Amino acid sequence: MRVKTQMEYFAGIDIGAAATKAIIIDDKQELLGHAVIDSGADFKAAAEEALAGARKSAALKTSDSVTIVSTGYGRRNVTRAYETKTEISCHARGSFHFFPHAHTLVDIGGQDSKIIKVDDAGKRTGFKMNRKCAAGTGAFLEEIAYRLRLKLDKLNELAGEATNDISIGSYCTVFTATEILARIREGARVADIVKGIFNSVIKRVIEMDPLDGPVVMTGGVVAHNPFLVTMFEKRIGRNIAVPPNPQLAGAFGAALYALESKGGINA
Amino acid sequence: MSEEKKVAIKKIQATGQMRKIMADYFYELDAAARDGSQKVAWCTSVGPAELLLSLGFKVYYPENHGAMLGATRLSNDYIPVANAIGYSPDICSYLTSDIGAFIKKETPLSKAYEGIEGVPKPDVLVFNTNQCRDVQDWLSWYSRELNVPLMGISTFRNIGEITDDVLEGIVHQIKALIPPLEKISGNKFDIDKFRESMALSRSCTELWKKVLETNAASPAPMSFFDATIHMGPAVVLRGSETAVQYYELLLAELEQRVKEGVGAVEGEKYRLYWEGMPIWGKLRDLSEFFIGLKTAVIASTYCNSWIFAAFDPADPFLSMARAYTEIFIVRDERFKEKYIEEMIRKFKLDGILFHDSKTCPNNSNNRYGMPERLEKRLNIPTLTINGDLNDLRCYSEEQAKTNIEAFIEQLEAK
Repeated sequence: MRVKTQMEYFAGIDIGAAATKAIIIDDKQELLGHAVIDSGADFKAAAEEALAGARKSAALKTSDSVTIVSTGYGRRNVTRAYETKTEISCHARGSFHFFPHAHTLVDIGGQDSKIIKVDDAGKRTGFKMNRKCAAGTGAFLEEIAYRLRLKLDKLNELAGEATNDISIGSYCTVFTATEILARIREGARVADIVKGIFNSVIKRVIEMDPLDGPVVMTGGVVAHNPFLVTMFEKRIGRNIAVPPNPQLAGAFGAALYALESKGGINA
Repeated sequence: MSEEKKVAIKKIQATGQMRKIMADYFYELDAAARDGSQKVAWCTSVGPAELLLSLGFKVYYPENHGAMLGATRLSNDYIPVANAIGYSPDICSYLTSDIGAFIKKETPLSKAYEGIEGVPKPDVLVFNTNQCRDVQDWLSWYSRELNVPLMGISTFRNIGEITDDVLEGIVHQIKALIPPLEKISGNKFDIDKFRESMALSRSCTELWKKVLETNAASPAPMSFFDATIHMGPAVVLRGSETAVQYYELLLAELEQRVKEGVGAVEGEKYRLYWEGMPIWGKLRDLSEFFIGLKTAVIASTYCNSWIFAAFDPADPFLSMARAYTEIFIVRDERFKEKYIEEMIRKFKLDGILFHDSKTCPNNSNNRYGMPERLEKRLNIPTLTINGDLNDLRCYSEEQAKTNIEAFIEQLEAK
């Protein structure tokens, strides 16, 4: 608890492989604004642009200063960051904010998937990340969407329209594309194929680690494809909790670390 | 976690002496191979070196060469050459690096040691499969290529208790090597010379053990990454007075560090165990990375693998059989877990880092559920990183470092 002197703001910038997310919170952990942009090839520029977008969305004045914690693959490119934290810590922190009890967090990002376990105190007890390849990540979905000449934002709707289950067995994105060609030759519908690749992502994630206790899902793939969460729930036979703005969970966690670095919540 | 800072690795003064004795070793080997003054035996790293030395061979270790290829990051030029002739990218990348380099007629030895043009031509190739089957396949390639005799010892693997039956079988195999080796070397086997080389190896191993055990101190005086370099003489010069003298020098320096409270990692906060092979091409990089994280990686199965406590000059055959069979890599999961548990206690460790080395299954002990079992039983956090000993195509720097950093953040928040 601190004595309030002046308005303070805290930013979390999550420079992921695919998207850069920035959010601004106040000293009561309230989300004031956010921005999500493509990370592109210049992480530093992406971080600046996302931060500017979040500041604008939060209606901050130019004179308002923010304490920044950066995370994600490009975390070290944020020269103005007070501190950097890995996305594993930040996602766990962000998730625990919304679900303050022991749980297993499944984060499916652009380049990697993570399974993170937190205890009742919010401390991480372990984590697993996918191995090097794209299977089970957003990059896998992007590649397959490209091969099928589908827009990424159409995948969720298409998967929901599927009427048949198509099994995609390969680990490898290239081999998966070959499998899909075979399914197309057999006359499979595109919607069924898309559901099949969602299932493939789910299978790759499930084989990483046991999903103990309540399950929470975050990440860009979840944010854009809520049907994947529905499929995941069916697969594990349990409900899955998803925070508001699941793509922002890592940035939110980073912003909370920024707030904590300056003494925590102002009551 | 703060920014990754530029950090300096504290130099071990004995390094200069190590470079000198390693240079002498390679020049002597080169001379022997060229002028034929002594026969050259190639030997797998945990093969019957002392027997070969006692028969007057100069002994060369292809695995040491494999590590040099990895550490100089030349491996990735050579691995594809071996892949192209049918040696899979999924098998030992020491083997593929080394064979690829041989086919291209290149070696880091000629860059490090002026005048050396190639690896020393062997007169005999001797293996022990205690490490893996790949060492036999590796030397078999040279045997066919160079028309050089190949012989060795087939060791049982994945064993718990080492029974007399097992040892008798190994003793029998060691003894069976003697007649052909006598013929190749032109020297008669002399048990006293064998005892002598065993005695020197024993002294070397005792000193190497003491060197590694200085890391029980906090802060630990030497990192795992330093140790992988400084174990060179324990591998290639064991059975010699030179190695013994070297480890006396190194031990004195490390004991001095302990006395003065000097650690390899300034402000050591966490202490980790490294299970598995080094990532040779990233030794310096990872060493600096861990220093930046104030984390000391200070104990390992790998460096301990050249401690041969059983060596006994009074009974050289049986004790060699025991020493080369009781090593970690030969043993079952129960033994390995107990061993690591002991290390955790002795070195007061905060976590275990498993390196899943893509092309080295026998040194990747994370693959049969061991990290999960140890976490549960010992309440110690573990982390597995994916990589390889030599094939950097299998290593994702960003993935590995993010995982390590996240692991340290987890320890910090504990």
